[in-house]
Amino acid sequence: MSGVHCHIGGLALLGPGLPCWAESKPVLAGRVPWQEAPPVVPPPAMLAPTERRRTSLVVRLALAAASGAVEAAGVAPEALETVFASSNGDGAVVGAILDSLAAPDGEVSPTQFHNSVHNAAAGYWGIGAHSTKPSISIGCHQDSFALGLLQAAVQVAGRGVPVLFCAYDAPLAGPLAPMHPTAFPFAMACVLTPEPTPATRAALTLRHLPGGAPAAPSPWQKLAEGNPAARSLPLLAALAAGGAASLVWPLLDDARLEVEVSPC
Amino acid sequence: MPTSFTPLALSAVTAVSAMGTGIAATRRALHERLGGLRPASPEDRPAAFVGRVEGVDSVALPPELARYNCRNNRLAEMALLQDGFLAAVAEARERLGATRIAVVMGTSTSGIAETEAAYRRRPEGSFELPEDFDFAATHDLFSLPRYVRARLGLAGPALTISTACTSGARAFLEAATMISAGLCDAAVVGGVDTLCRMTVEGFGSLALLAPGPTRPCAADRDGITVGEAAAFVLLTRPQDAAPDAVQLLGAGASSDGHHMSSPHPEGLGAVSAMRAALDAAQLDAAQIDYINLHGTGTRANDAMEDRAVSHLFGNAVPCSSTKGWTGHTLGASGALEAVVAALCLQDGLVPGCLGVERVDPEFQADVAVENRRAPLRRVLSNSFGFGGSNCSLVLGHAA
Repeated sequence: MSGVHCHIGGLALLGPGLPCWAESKPVLAGRVPWQEAPPVVPPPAMLAPTERRRTSLVVRLALAAASGAVEAAGVAPEALETVFASSNGDGAVVGAILDSLAAPDGEVSPTQFHNSVHNAAAGYWGIGAHSTKPSISIGCHQDSFALGLLQAAVQVAGRGVPVLFCAYDAPLAGPLAPMHPTAFPFAMACVLTPEPTPATRAALTLRHLPGGAPAAPSPWQKLAEGNPAARSLPLLAALAAGGAASLVWPLLDDARLEVEVSPC
Repeated sequence: MPTSFTPLALSAVTAVSAMGTGIAATRRALHERLGGLRPASPEDRPAAFVGRVEGVDSVALPPELARYNCRNNRLAEMALLQDGFLAAVAEARERLGATRIAVVMGTSTSGIAETEAAYRRRPEGSFELPEDFDFAATHDLFSLPRYVRARLGLAGPALTISTACTSGARAFLEAATMISAGLCDAAVVGGVDTLCRMTVEGFGSLALLAPGPTRPCAADRDGITVGEAAAFVLLTRPQDAAPDAVQLLGAGASSDGHHMSSPHPEGLGAVSAMRAALDAAQLDAAQIDYINLHGTGTRANDAMEDRAVSHLFGNAVPCSSTKGWTGHTLGASGALEAVVAALCLQDGLVPGCLGVERVDPEFQADVAVENRRAPLRRVLSNSFGFGGSNCSLVLGHAA
């Protein structure tokens, strides 16, 4: 199979010791040592104060990365279809609802209920960006980043549209936390386009192949294992370094995603 | 420039909901106007009525897939066993290859009922969840396509779309895009959502639960009935299907960008999703013969949808909601109603809304409240959801 092609630019990330693309690029490229520091998640400037108050940490995390990506790409936020990928979704809200349901009265807060949907971050993005463009939210456990990137590239190749891709995850809350250990909040975002643009960093070719494979060795492997969205780090490191790269993500069920990165 | 939509065939279909287990029972319920909503048992409080599927708990998953055991995957298994679906997928797998068939599923809550039970199973005063609770294989959204992919022996990409109540419809659009991008040659597409405390209590907290069976489009409609369903379609290129198979002719989506849980009052997002679906199918509004509404039975949704539909179609196209039969099956509803649309096309049936004595006099669209027989060539199916997500599908006979 020839693979799915797209161009990638407009890079953004937010994670421990990785506060934004500009400051993280030399760290990711290996020129500056990584130093642990908790991520600082800003309130979303794109939302009106009433909406902003309703946003949780994980929504703020996703919106920070997504806003950073469109700014870096130099495109209007309302011009892009979006793919939001997350394993845990809003684990704090889901956990709070589960706690409420286990309590004797079993009542659920209406605001928590509508914020519990997996597309909550995408919904707030649409409100803040004044976007009426199509949007999907996907949830694929440990494969959320890899399969989200693949589907965003599929949209670019199959529908010929530019796509904002955002992968984000934060730790689960309460008794759920050990069910899917997530060590820290992490988000990344990028803009994928059919043709190169001034913001393009590289061309990507993606292939979904049968059979597992070990992940390519990466100095970021340990951090990548701490959060499903941080599994993007080998790609971000390759883009920061600027050379050609062949990357592989083993998927959960006897399959893998291979990505060829070609600078352009 | 957007590429045009290449029609795809519904090579095989199956569905299980409160109105029937399998296509024959679903078809009979539609023709005989036998709804599946029943008074709720205490476990479904505060709902007064629910669209519960009987027999789900006695379904056994194959032993090698036992870790996926939860109500959502049991309902999925129940549907996979109907209508020759397993054999149809096996035949496609032989012909196209297991790696060339994707699995694209919509769900909003996956196996969260299992998590709710795990919380309740904890001994008094205990914080940790029981050791036998398998989060990844039940609660997690990815559990559904992983189960379906393993059960069907497929090896192509798997994906969970979770865009609230458009999930099942959006799965069709994403699968079509995968095929068009060359990622796969066919896809098992569908949606499964099951009754759980979270959604029933959640809609209760929003004061959206109807005191009786839901009556979409009625002048005195008073809310939704929560239901559950599993619906699957084997989506292939037309040359890989029977010549008379119903086709997916187009699909379109949009976002409201307006509010998390209230639709845009003028239905702008709904209009743009329907228009995008018509454009993808290269059809004019006048070429649609029936609209299967999202029609949840809430005051706000149905009024918004009437404005959006009448804006595009006037009162020229009969429309109805089939949620009076099934309840609102949430993330499964888009897939279930795509299957219903296919049956309506095959049978020339406009299934009038159940239990509606008087259509809302404010409505401009032609709302059917009795079954009508008419030759149908093309049907539009709408889905809208929390987060301002909208998706419309156009299904029809081959041109």
